[in-house]
Amino acid sequence: MDLRFTPEQEMFREEVRAFLREHLSPVVADKVRLGRELTKQEHEEWHAILHRKGWLAPHWPVEFGGPGWSVIEAAIFDHERALARAPLTIPFGISMLGPVLIKYGSEQQKRHWLPRMLDGSDWWCQGYSEPGAGSDLASVRTRAVRDGDHFIVNGQKTWTTLGQHANMIFCLVRTDPSAKAQQGISFLLVDMASPGVELRPIRLLDGSHEVNEVFFTDVRVPAENLVGEESQGWTYAKYLLTYERTGIAGVGESLAAFSWLQTVVARQIENGRPLAEDPLFAARMARVEIDLDNMQTTNLRVIAAAASGSAPGAESSMIKVRGTEIRQEITSLIRRALGPAARPFLADTGGEPASGADICHASHAAAEYFNMRKMSIFGGSNEIQRNIISKTIVGL
Amino acid sequence: MDFQHNGDRQLLRETLGRFLSDRYRFDIRQKAAENDLGFDPEIWRELAELGFVGAMFDSRVGGFAGGGFDLLVIFEQLGRSLVIEPFLPTLMVGRALEAAGGQAELVGAIVGGKRVALAHDEPGGRYAFGRVTTTARAEGDRWILSGAKCCVAQAAGADLLLISARTRGMPDAPDGIALFLVEHDASGMALQDYPNIDGGNSADIRLTDVSLPPEALVASPHDGFGALKEARAAGLLALSAEAVGAMDVARDMTVEYLRTRVQFGVPIGSFQALQHRMATMLIEIEQARSAVINAAAAFDEGPSHARDRALSAAKYTIGRVGCLVAEESIQMHGGIGMTWELPLSHYAKRLVMIGHMLGDEDVHLQEYINFSRRIAMSNVG
Repeated sequence: MDLRFTPEQEMFREEVRAFLREHLSPVVADKVRLGRELTKQEHEEWHAILHRKGWLAPHWPVEFGGPGWSVIEAAIFDHERALARAPLTIPFGISMLGPVLIKYGSEQQKRHWLPRMLDGSDWWCQGYSEPGAGSDLASVRTRAVRDGDHFIVNGQKTWTTLGQHANMIFCLVRTDPSAKAQQGISFLLVDMASPGVELRPIRLLDGSHEVNEVFFTDVRVPAENLVGEESQGWTYAKYLLTYERTGIAGVGESLAAFSWLQTVVARQIENGRPLAEDPLFAARMARVEIDLDNMQTTNLRVIAAAASGSAPGAESSMIKVRGTEIRQEITSLIRRALGPAARPFLADTGGEPASGADICHASHAAAEYFNMRKMSIFGGSNEIQRNIISKTIVGL
Repeated sequence: MDFQHNGDRQLLRETLGRFLSDRYRFDIRQKAAENDLGFDPEIWRELAELGFVGAMFDSRVGGFAGGGFDLLVIFEQLGRSLVIEPFLPTLMVGRALEAAGGQAELVGAIVGGKRVALAHDEPGGRYAFGRVTTTARAEGDRWILSGAKCCVAQAAGADLLLISARTRGMPDAPDGIALFLVEHDASGMALQDYPNIDGGNSADIRLTDVSLPPEALVASPHDGFGALKEARAAGLLALSAEAVGAMDVARDMTVEYLRTRVQFGVPIGSFQALQHRMATMLIEIEQARSAVINAAAAFDEGPSHARDRALSAAKYTIGRVGCLVAEESIQMHGGIGMTWELPLSHYAKRLVMIGHMLGDEDVHLQEYINFSRRIAMSNVG
């Protein structure tokens, strides 16, 4: 039993830190810390910085442009990235579709799409959820009908994250309506510029434009954009959802958020004392800090198990549930810490808040708190995760 | 990074686990719990002979292990079998003597199975570990002890008691607490023995002018509290690891019950209301396991605020999760979970009562906050 990383791994950590110090823009880091939306250009610039270093696609094999990291190195990178408040790589191409194409795509698809993900030619978004298919994803109804060397797609996708920036969308579509739920689904790549594709923004409760609806009306999609075999889409979809299990706990993000909470409570003064010294608030903070401390080790246990090649079981669901609960609790405490000053709902002012008073008005804390409610809903809601945990352990 | 135990510890775990499943079946445990001493001296002797007591101590004092992860492995197994033999008092007395120094022979005897108890808590003291009102005054070359101790675990079966007493200062002052070794039949010492709800016995002790020879003093008024703190650190780790072992068994029993108990024509584990309660319990148990791993790693770093903070984090987590596992396991078992006959109910009682030993979750949350502040201040300074 040894919780330490090897000297080589610690050297790698130093290399990552040095890279982040040199290349991460303070303006971007500040926006990430405050939970503000990044522009498309800011995302693309960050991807380009990582791509130049060869670090954009940690989980890809070297032959496709991955860095050749071990599971543990990839986890170290993600941890340090989060602590430094560098943006999360937009996952839809690099982390989701990329591994699916590498495993199930044709040679032609790999040669064409993978380099374009790395060099930023394409921005992918995810066409999974539908109005009638949320947690019950297998009930997707968007239809794709074969017409010669094309598919004709009709239907609607929703909760399409950052679809407004995307030029490509990968979709789960029903190609065989007579088959049982999971069996008639195919995995299709659609050009967003095709005639008949319409994107409408959904404004979220924090005012952000993060997600969209995407409508498909007689959209013609070349048959070569079918991934793998027709009607096998559910297999690929599941692979995509279970692919990355080491970042799911969000430990680095939560540590960064907790450190921001500490800054906020040190500057919030009540009755002449910093809020940090209030016994009830200190107790709330200590509870979540201990839970996060424990999660850091639970997450390392899962990573170590993944590194030794064990198959994913209920653990990734466990760390998803508790990791997101911790993250939500921290953003909730930042909101509470601001007291009455949490209410003002101001447009993005940007920049570094220099004093306590500025924190109040540049905090964005309530908006971030409301935005973070998504954590326990997306990626398989925490209730779905509890179903999975129970099915794995109890077996019923 | 490696979350596997090394070969020695795997062996320790296997041999202790095998001994307990052969020789300490639940009915035997229950019989031991109900005898006059509150444990089974014959089994205790065997456990000592097989080296399971020695494994709690360093080779410098006659043991052969004694690291944080050794304690974790031992107490996890003890928790799995709900062992009520006096491992914890033995560990704490031994560690106190080790920290005080100069008692090599006695620690050696303890490693060999000599039965000891730690008489430190006092009536009205609740969880205040530094509070001692029992007095020790010098009279000629002898020490005279007077006062009262309470909830002294496994005192009736002990050959020797390690008693804390104050030679000077206010009741809460860390300085002025000395430690004395007292024979169980010392004149002026009255024991009132009683069973505990989670098995084993404890005793209240009244000390009326107990006259002791100079060599009974094993830790000076200057060193006593420091020695007690080392005993407590080991005790916190031990109790936390014991709780994880007990949780694992309570979980297995409850999972099995959900699989096999049929109501409305189906196993009750097919109901989502119960599935989600179980999923939450499983998550909490893994978090508790991580807390104890953190504590064991910090324990080996030696005395420091960081170590004590990790121990408090673990004890807080264990207190909270132990109660949850106990309550949820009973609830998911329904009426049968309320019965004395079902082993589960005894695991539940032990889990809740571990929370009542050496400080509950509130005490350790506060200590965690205090240690965090001290660490932050020393980082600034």
